[in-house]
Amino acid sequence: MEWVDFFLQQLITGLSNGMIIALIAIGYTMVYGIIELINFAHGDLFMLGAFLALTLLGMLGLGDWSGASAWAAVVIMLIASAGFCGALNWGIDRLAYKPLRSASKLSLLVSAIGASFILVNLGLFWGGLPMDVFAGGVAAAAPKDFPALVPNTNLLGEESLVQFTPKDVLVWVVTVPLMIGLTWIVTRTRLGKAMRATAQNPVAARLMGIDTDRVIGATFLIGGALGGFASVIYSLYNNTISFQMGYRAGMDAFTAAVLGGIGSMPGAVAGALVIGLVRSMSDAYLETRWTNTIVFGILVLILIFRPSGLLGSRVKEKV
Amino acid sequence: MSAGSTGSASASAPPVMLRVHGLAARYGAIEALREVSLEVRVGEIVSLIGANGAGKSTTLMTISGIVRGTSGSVEFEGRRIDGERADRIVAGGLAQVPEGRRVFPRLTVRENLEMGAYLRSDDLRPDLARVHELFPVLAERANQLAGTLSGGEQQMLAIGRALMSRPRLLMMDEPSMGIAPLLVARIFEAVQELNRHGLTVLLVEQNARAALKLSHRAYVLETGRTTFTGSGAELLGDDRIRRAYLGEG
Ligand SMILES: Nc1ncnc2c1ncn2[C@@H]1O[C@H](COP(=O)(O)OP(=O)(O)OP(=O)(O)O)[C@@H](O)[C@H]1O
Ligand SMILES: [Mg+2]
Repeated sequence: MEWVDFFLQQLITGLSNGMIIALIAIGYTMVYGIIELINFAHGDLFMLGAFLALTLLGMLGLGDWSGASAWAAVVIMLIASAGFCGALNWGIDRLAYKPLRSASKLSLLVSAIGASFILVNLGLFWGGLPMDVFAGGVAAAAPKDFPALVPNTNLLGEESLVQFTPKDVLVWVVTVPLMIGLTWIVTRTRLGKAMRATAQNPVAARLMGIDTDRVIGATFLIGGALGGFASVIYSLYNNTISFQMGYRAGMDAFTAAVLGGIGSMPGAVAGALVIGLVRSMSDAYLETRWTNTIVFGILVLILIFRPSGLLGSRVKEKV
Repeated sequence: MSAGSTGSASASAPPVMLRVHGLAARYGAIEALREVSLEVRVGEIVSLIGANGAGKSTTLMTISGIVRGTSGSVEFEGRRIDGERADRIVAGGLAQVPEGRRVFPRLTVRENLEMGAYLRSDDLRPDLARVHELFPVLAERANQLAGTLSGGEQQMLAIGRALMSRPRLLMMDEPSMGIAPLLVARIFEAVQELNRHGLTVLLVEQNARAALKLSHRAYVLETGRTTFTGSGAELLGDDRIRRAYLGEG
């Protein structure tokens, strides 16, 4: 039953990619939920996280990574990129969005697009640095190879036609605990409740003594950190990064967030899994050149016919 | 009864808790407050009445630090609080039940009450018990989403939530708005009960008659200025007030 194996393979690839998209989509949806901003810079933040990870690897030395040292490098990159992207996202909010809290949503959006341009160009500049990992910086815009620290061996046995590799394991081992942890933060902790309260009624939140600017800052920090984690597992999964990768990843994640009902975290994860599957199925059964068209097509259709998302409620619950 | 008068404070009158002086505030080009001056003494219920758009809500929002005043001062328990952050003002003991209730619709009743106690880290159970005693329905609905409560229940929740911060002064903005008469009576009773237990109240009401009846003193706000003040009974008996705010010919 070859077609079954083939289908299972697309399922695995699609779901693994979907989980990576989900981490990015959560960053979109959290920020939208709390300040109604589509943070266009979020995908590019993710790109910079990958550049930081590659730079770190270059500094650690590009020898033969294997076994424990490879896993140690993975952990170091995960922590560094998450910290970096979290801090950067927090800083972007401070500089580009916070001064516009009482301005129109359109000004905020334009500011986000501006931030996105700045980050993309930072990525271009970064990729041009004369470092070994960037091929000496000869072609700043060229895609960079990301070392295969995580092996591609088939855990289901070499003779199996379905591939399930340590890369897939890495994706699930990183994303699932992060999502569980995030759910716990949002539903159980004081910060999480303050985040939900601020999202639902910012004035009332302030009247309760919540420092909403701090809560919004924390939201950017957490969303950015998730994007940082995503950047490292993406790079280890796909083994190539480029200064433009934030655009496609961002659009996938944004589409996922809209699909699941923007503002909803479970929705973002569900939407991301759907987008991941659509991508892998389209790549396999149609042609890769159709894939982006299909994803954007979904985005357009959802925005036209069901802007609140497939899982989102139709009525806006603003009091 | 004169503009800006502070009433006839005798030597034995309780100390002033809140003193607003010459407060002005604007929304862009709109001058919402021109000159608001009022005082609330410890233990009083003071009401602020006025027509739609007179600036009642803006007055409370400016005192709470949500709207920035452009001039004038606000003193709470002898300390200037104008210009302070909203969360600092709540921490100082001044809470507000905002117009339109503004409960958190997708938090449970219980979580809404917890948010009221956001700045506290001590045991909430005695306060929860007190709020549940005041409004038993909130105990029955503890795990229900606040957005599913009726308007009157949401108002009770909004009051309970504000009480959770243990305020010494509670400002309430039109707690009777859009609520069945029976519940309005219940809510006003609760206000009086809280006041008897030591809570000082600044009450904004469209329902001027009910407000004046339960208030010790009142101020009239007209297009951003406080114009009249007197005891509740005085204002109830004043012809101009009766014509303008109590719907009497
Ligand atoms: N967010 C805002 N932006 C612009 N103008 C506002 C805003 N809020 C209030 N205003 C204006 O400020 C003035 C005072 O409004 P405010 O809400 O304080 O009146 P109010 O006395 O509470 O009225 P109501 O009895 O209808 O609640 C009004 O002219 C109103 O139109
Ligand atoms: Mg009002």
